[in-house]
Amino acid sequence: MTDASNRDERIKETSSLRRAMIRPELGGIVGNIAVFTFFLLFAYDSGMFSSQGVLNWSVVSAQFMIIAVGACLLMIAGEFDLSVGSMIGFAGMMIAIFGVTLAWPMWIAILTTFVICVALGAVNGFIVVRTGLPSFIVTLATLFILRGFTIFIPQTLERKTIIGGIRETAEGDWLGAVFGGKILKGFFAWLGDIGVISVFESGTRAGQPVVDGVPMLIVWAIGLVVVGHVVLTRTRFGNWIFAAGGDAQAARYVGVPVERVKILMFMFTAFCATVFAVCQVMEFGSAGADRGLLKEFEAIIAVVIGGALLTGGYGSVIGAALGALIFGVVQQGLFFAGVESSLFRVFLGVILLLAVILNTYIRRLITGER
Amino acid sequence: MEPIIRMTDIEKHFGSVIALAGVTIDFFPGECHCLLGDNGAGKSTFIKTMSGVHKPTKGEIIFEGEQMHFEDPRESIKAGIATVYQDLAMIPLMSVSRNFFMGNEPIKRRLGLPFFDHELANEVTMNEMRAMGIQLRGPDQAVGTLSGGERQTVAIARAVHFGAKVLILDEPTSALGVRQTANVLATVDKVRKQGIAVVFITHNVRHAMAVGDRFTVLNRGKTFGTATRGEVTPEELQDLMAGGQELATLEGSLGGTV
Repeated sequence: MTDASNRDERIKETSSLRRAMIRPELGGIVGNIAVFTFFLLFAYDSGMFSSQGVLNWSVVSAQFMIIAVGACLLMIAGEFDLSVGSMIGFAGMMIAIFGVTLAWPMWIAILTTFVICVALGAVNGFIVVRTGLPSFIVTLATLFILRGFTIFIPQTLERKTIIGGIRETAEGDWLGAVFGGKILKGFFAWLGDIGVISVFESGTRAGQPVVDGVPMLIVWAIGLVVVGHVVLTRTRFGNWIFAAGGDAQAARYVGVPVERVKILMFMFTAFCATVFAVCQVMEFGSAGADRGLLKEFEAIIAVVIGGALLTGGYGSVIGAALGALIFGVVQQGLFFAGVESSLFRVFLGVILLLAVILNTYIRRLITGER
Repeated sequence: MEPIIRMTDIEKHFGSVIALAGVTIDFFPGECHCLLGDNGAGKSTFIKTMSGVHKPTKGEIIFEGEQMHFEDPRESIKAGIATVYQDLAMIPLMSVSRNFFMGNEPIKRRLGLPFFDHELANEVTMNEMRAMGIQLRGPDQAVGTLSGGERQTVAIARAVHFGAKVLILDEPTSALGVRQTANVLATVDKVRKQGIAVVFITHNVRHAMAVGDRFTVLNRGKTFGTATRGEVTPEELQDLMAGGQELATLEGSLGGTV
């Protein structure tokens, strides 16, 4: 049998353009080009692309990225977590309770919070896997339960819903610095000296750069994106994530531990939410009961813009990170451009709809459905 | 020749229902054994006891001379009994290569960390597909773009690659067109020539006659014995499947076209 005789003459050669089309990252790449072009044209003079401006939208994008990585891997594994926003509020509040109210050393407070939140993620996953209920419903319940406790606990203990004083407590703490510190300070000082970035002209910090380093938040975001991407595309476990979300029964037939994969992804999502929360309380110096509101949906939208299918089994961490970048740039860009910030919500809705339509089209290209 | 797997007097009861009432069949390496029967005859129950999904109520399974008690499908797969189910266990959105190695991913170490060896996986997949007569655009082509017959072939190639000695095919041709059926039957022939025992479940006598070396008809949980190629005509098999006379009358009214 020769190769030629076997070729189905009805299958057209696919062009490289078409192959480039069927990448999950396509939407994110196109979206970023569009968004950056737009703001470079219309908001270049607003300070959006000065060092402070770049830091501003980078931090917001990095926040989106951290939760998008978790939501992305979970969605590819075929599940949702609607409790991410509540988990952020809850984790922040736990750190404040442990670190400020109970006056534990900050590193113990942070580690304990991680253990509690990741365990809660495992509970989410366990209930979903065991009952077979949609994760949508299970985590919707968690959303309300956690938010309720996030308000109830500080009110009972402190008679208020915002607990401050975290920055003072975390002063000099090694683990606090891992989430709230900055790196490359020397490099930025040098950039300031040679005049690449702006420096304070007067005051106590005269001569120092306005942006004096890269916040650890951004380091965490990049780290999580890289690790998430490598695990998903280059490891055996990554193949299991795709398989668990693509067709759980088919995966079980060949011995993939689907239940374990899903529970681990719920735990990872909770971990990402906690990283977000710790960075946030370190930055603000306080924990509030309303923190993280609607973050679960923003994470899911970033993931969908990044090309993941809501039905699971397909998606990309890099795509989700690009989706998060679009969000950060647009949210802050509208502010710089002096546009009414409520229009950001309108933008979210429109871009979500476009992304879902594009993804459905791309899926048809991949599977050859009509 | 010694049978590779010997199913002796297998009974399976589900509560008060007797699905299998003492079935004895021997399967030989390098042969395609067709298991025929109408719906509800017990074909599926029988192969599920072979593949460890069901535990037989009575009877013994002798595999390579040893008595087996499979607790779950994993154990039978490990022993070398692979089943390709009708629904195929392929994931359409994943690439052929990722599907091929799903659950058996090859590992290479980089800096002591285990990574999925994509180069090896892609190379093996392309070679195996070529050997089975399927032209892929590339190993990253999604399974969803393959036809039903090609998916069957991928599933069969996968089972063979991972060391199946007994390959059970559950109605592989029932949902396929003429040309795709021919391709799958050709694949069965290739697999048989590699010395693997093929168990081919079907209710289509023509497909069975095309590749079968032995034929066993199941009817209401019992067998009417096993016939070898040349001993039996398609008409006889058809009659046995339907349990004798009923089909004679049925066939009369349809002009012998069934």
